[in-house]
Amino acid sequence: MNRDEIRAGVHETLARIAPEADLTAIRADRLLRRQIDLDSMDWLNVIVGLHERFGLDIPGRDYGRLGTLDEIVDYLVAHLGGERE
Amino acid sequence: MGENASVLFRESGDGETLMSRDAGDRLVPDAWVAARTGLGMDGLGVMNLGVAAADRHACGPWAKMTALSFVTPDGAGMQDISYAELAHRSNRFANGLRALGVVRGERVFVLLERCPALYVAVLGALKAGAVVAPLSAAFGPEPIRVRLALGGAAVLVTDAPCYRDKLAPMRAQWPSLRQVLLVREADNKQELPGTIDLVEALAAADDTPPGIATGPDDPALLHFTSGTTGTPKGVLHGHGVGLNLFSSAREALDLHAADRFWCTADPGWVTGTAYGILAPLLHGATVVVDAGPFDARRWFEVLERARVSVWYSTPTAIRLLMRAHAAGVKLPRPTGLRVAASCGEPLDPGAVRWGERVLGRPFHDNWWQTETGAIMLANIPARQVTPGAMGRPLAGIEARVVHRKSGGGVTVIDTPEATGELALVAGWPSMFRDYLGAHDRYGACFADGLYLSGDLVRRDARGDYWFLGRADDVIKSSGHLIGPCEVERVLMAHPAVAEAAVIGLPDPTCGERVEAVVVGHAGATLDEALARTLLAHARTHLGAVMAPKRITFAAALPHTRSGKIMRRLLRARALGLPEGDLSMLEHAEVPNEP
Repeated sequence: MNRDEIRAGVHETLARIAPEADLTAIRADRLLRRQIDLDSMDWLNVIVGLHERFGLDIPGRDYGRLGTLDEIVDYLVAHLGGERE
Repeated sequence: MGENASVLFRESGDGETLMSRDAGDRLVPDAWVAARTGLGMDGLGVMNLGVAAADRHACGPWAKMTALSFVTPDGAGMQDISYAELAHRSNRFANGLRALGVVRGERVFVLLERCPALYVAVLGALKAGAVVAPLSAAFGPEPIRVRLALGGAAVLVTDAPCYRDKLAPMRAQWPSLRQVLLVREADNKQELPGTIDLVEALAAADDTPPGIATGPDDPALLHFTSGTTGTPKGVLHGHGVGLNLFSSAREALDLHAADRFWCTADPGWVTGTAYGILAPLLHGATVVVDAGPFDARRWFEVLERARVSVWYSTPTAIRLLMRAHAAGVKLPRPTGLRVAASCGEPLDPGAVRWGERVLGRPFHDNWWQTETGAIMLANIPARQVTPGAMGRPLAGIEARVVHRKSGGGVTVIDTPEATGELALVAGWPSMFRDYLGAHDRYGACFADGLYLSGDLVRRDARGDYWFLGRADDVIKSSGHLIGPCEVERVLMAHPAVAEAAVIGLPDPTCGERVEAVVVGHAGATLDEALARTLLAHARTHLGAVMAPKRITFAAALPHTRSGKIMRRLLRARALGLPEGDLSMLEHAEVPNEP
């Protein structure tokens, strides 16, 4: 799975939880929760959704490293890349 | 009531209350007399919440003390505002409002994130004699529209992105709204017609006290709370609410001057204003403010770095912390924490004990409502916590367990073990004064000298109260009350929807999760794509906090013979519970067995 496919998968997960968000307007280097209206429950569902979409366990201690779209994609690339590419 | 020359006690079902004579020689609970003295309002009948909160500590040795301590956006430091600075800035805001023509009793709405301007605006508007209505920045355009109209807003203080995205398109809908004051970032000076830059508006105002003499009965705060009918209720409080805020913060939170107090609640909800702004300032404590979204590790960094001594949070946040902790996030024990408390929905015993283990302090659960103005029942720090219970009445508060009689009035249940609706003997100082524009709804909250809370409780033989649920369909989610009709109305505004029912289902994290059952119009394709479209529609108009987390479809909804949706039945079906008494079900609408 390459970087673009991963990014598309993250978009799909976000679109399921916050379908109103214009993902093309998101600044990938800025905090996601400042740009999309996600409450704590939504955020938890995003993490669960990523786990389901990518089959990757994201330990709680890593949640803090997933603030921006870039950080999420980087994280998934780093943890999926070796196995899947 | 037993009394002798020196010590007076009032006996009630909850034990004895120490009583004193006030300046007018009336017998009142000693805690309230102490609060009046503490607030410097003895005998004068003068009370202004803004002055009491910002100014009482602004001269003498306390002037340099930190009133507000903001965690900086990068999380690395704190930005402090002293009591003296807060007094001057709120004076300037009050004088600026007066120069704009704002008079006593007019409504000033504040719709801001937790930035310095929020605290200055709330206290300044109170000093100007205006009624302050704080709104949550988490609201979508629809709840904002309804509340501004209902409250007859004269002035709105908000920020540029919020105004541009949520308000500008609807500006014409609030004829009463004269001024919009914008808090702007220095690098964003985009022209927004019909608004005034806050800095420019205050440029000519001086920072001396505006000197508006208000009394405890003059209206000060307008909070909105949800009911089962479509419109939210505008709950009006007088400046006298400060008395119970002061005494409850002392008794239920053990709050003292020089404490560093962190209340995590959104300032747009009653807890965030009452205890996130006013109560700690009334005590001369330091209010710790963190504007960032929830993050377990960062929150514990705030507890430590801001040296928080008293912490007030919500069950949802506590459960999220517990999840993170269980998932391996390191949460080091905060070294300065003395008291931890929780409110908004019942806190389960496991969470109370988790606090003991991880924080070194149990969470002290307590109970109150927008209408009560301040904490009424609590597991007070001076007594051992009963995990899972909401506590006992605070000094001066008399609680009853009642059953409503069909013809009006109530029956008080006196037995040691009692189950029924929680009621409070009416007349405590912070009791709400009215529902704005709905005085009959206000009257309907009282019977036989009691305020009827709408919450079902059990009082055990020891005198502890336990929350059982709401007597109506109002949903308690993440500590917020969400009125099902307000959500249903937005869903039904979508052309594909014929009817919608919104219910709360138990959720391990947020207490109750908002879910919607929708009946489509003939011709609408009821598929995943439509569910997603409706979800987007609801979230756009309501905001993430109020919108359903899930939308499902049904061929029909169950109604009573009088036409009301039987949400209780939908809830029972969703949970696989017995359907209960169906005698009120309209026959033609009975759907097939699930």
